[in-house]
Amino acid sequence: MTKRAGMEIAFAAAEAVALCKPDVVAAYPITPNTHIPEHLSDIVADGRIDADFICVESEHSALSACCGASAAGARTFTATSSQGLLFMAEVMPIVSAMRLPVVMAIGNRALSGPINIWNDHSDIMSQRDTGWISVFASNGQEVVDMVIQAFKIAEHRDVLLPFNVNLDGFQLTHVVEPMLFPDQEEVDKFLPEYKPYATVHPDRVVSMGTLGMPEIFTEAMKAKDMALINSKKAILEVWREWEEQFGRRYGPIEAYRTEEANVLLLTVGSMGETAEVAVDELRKRKMPAGLLKLKLWRPFPSEELRKAVKGAKVLAVMDRAVSCGGSAGPVCAEVKSALYGEPDRPAIVNYIIGLGGRDVIAEDFIQIVEKAAKAEKEKPKEAYEIYGVRGS
Amino acid sequence: MANKKWPETWQEVNLGCMVFSPGNASEYHTGSWRDRRPVYDNSKCIKCGICYIFCPEGCISQDADGYFVADLDYCKGCGICAHECWPGAITMLEEG
Repeated sequence: MTKRAGMEIAFAAAEAVALCKPDVVAAYPITPNTHIPEHLSDIVADGRIDADFICVESEHSALSACCGASAAGARTFTATSSQGLLFMAEVMPIVSAMRLPVVMAIGNRALSGPINIWNDHSDIMSQRDTGWISVFASNGQEVVDMVIQAFKIAEHRDVLLPFNVNLDGFQLTHVVEPMLFPDQEEVDKFLPEYKPYATVHPDRVVSMGTLGMPEIFTEAMKAKDMALINSKKAILEVWREWEEQFGRRYGPIEAYRTEEANVLLLTVGSMGETAEVAVDELRKRKMPAGLLKLKLWRPFPSEELRKAVKGAKVLAVMDRAVSCGGSAGPVCAEVKSALYGEPDRPAIVNYIIGLGGRDVIAEDFIQIVEKAAKAEKEKPKEAYEIYGVRGS
Repeated sequence: MANKKWPETWQEVNLGCMVFSPGNASEYHTGSWRDRRPVYDNSKCIKCGICYIFCPEGCISQDADGYFVADLDYCKGCGICAHECWPGAITMLEEG
């Protein structure tokens, strides 16, 4: 029986992981993800799951421990934020190259400096090209669901890739929400036991993490890239199964009131919930605005995006990270690239918003839609705007 | 794929570049990197084995008479053996 319970979302993420019965959890605390491994260590200590919780001395060790444990055939989980993710960076592309289905929750937080513990997306954006499947949750329920889905997708025989679930630091990690938790039997039905493709074992000798000479490296990278691109099929399949079993629908891009919309907002993460409020208000004012919530970040759903923007005059893309010295925020650069070949693409404007924990409220989106609506006729002077910055 | 040095196409790359035939690094002859080779003068050799101990490639072994020889399939020509050999029994000769 599905249970409805209210709790902090970080705790809920840990409960969702526990339902997936991991064998090994290795994590190092860093705000704002800390409550996830902290609660998991309680769950392990209380004997609720039969897992090893490895207290490592750093995030580099956390992901390395997960890498080794996964290579030995364990279902593994870790979590981190910000500088912690940067400290894992060396191991990130190795885990994906070794095709190990490690699952990680990232409580998204700004990168220093100045030192800032609050939310934005600069941590995951720095790791976007490392070969991990990457999704963004916009509320607590999605965190619970996506964590459970993550194990199934990552361990899928046609995928075998690491998976990160992104939840906004504080805006999600520290918020108390009512959420639906499937019971153990339901999760067991959904998530089969992990059967590794190969494991390091003295009796069945295999080398993992090998050297790739120039003669093979290009082909190895192509194989890894194709594995990530092709994982979309399994992602969609698992999301369909989820909907059948639990009734909640997931897609690469979720459209909200996009019918007849002239201006479309595109958001990533929790600000999508706020943008819904803004769209409702704008619709009340007879302004045809709509919203696209990007959930699947890697592999990037170019095809779905092209369909989703059809008919819109202006697409306003929100980025919660700065690509310093670049031509757009990381999300917008991707969006522009995906739509470049479309003859009837909308005008695309880019707003960088909500950096380092700056509040994003519905009124901001109303102003952005009003501003963006002019972009159809009048090209903005700047390639992107850091919205709300004092002094502009 | 068994007889090939590496996969022809990306589709043939093993999942995660895993290697299921351990120890096959020996099939790769690093001796081809060498631009000079160690030449032993056994009249000076005192059979101390310091060349064998210091060889980073582990390619030096002792023959039936107790003298040392480098396996030129793997010797990269680094010259550490010649540098360490205090009786001066090893000289590095440029590959022609």
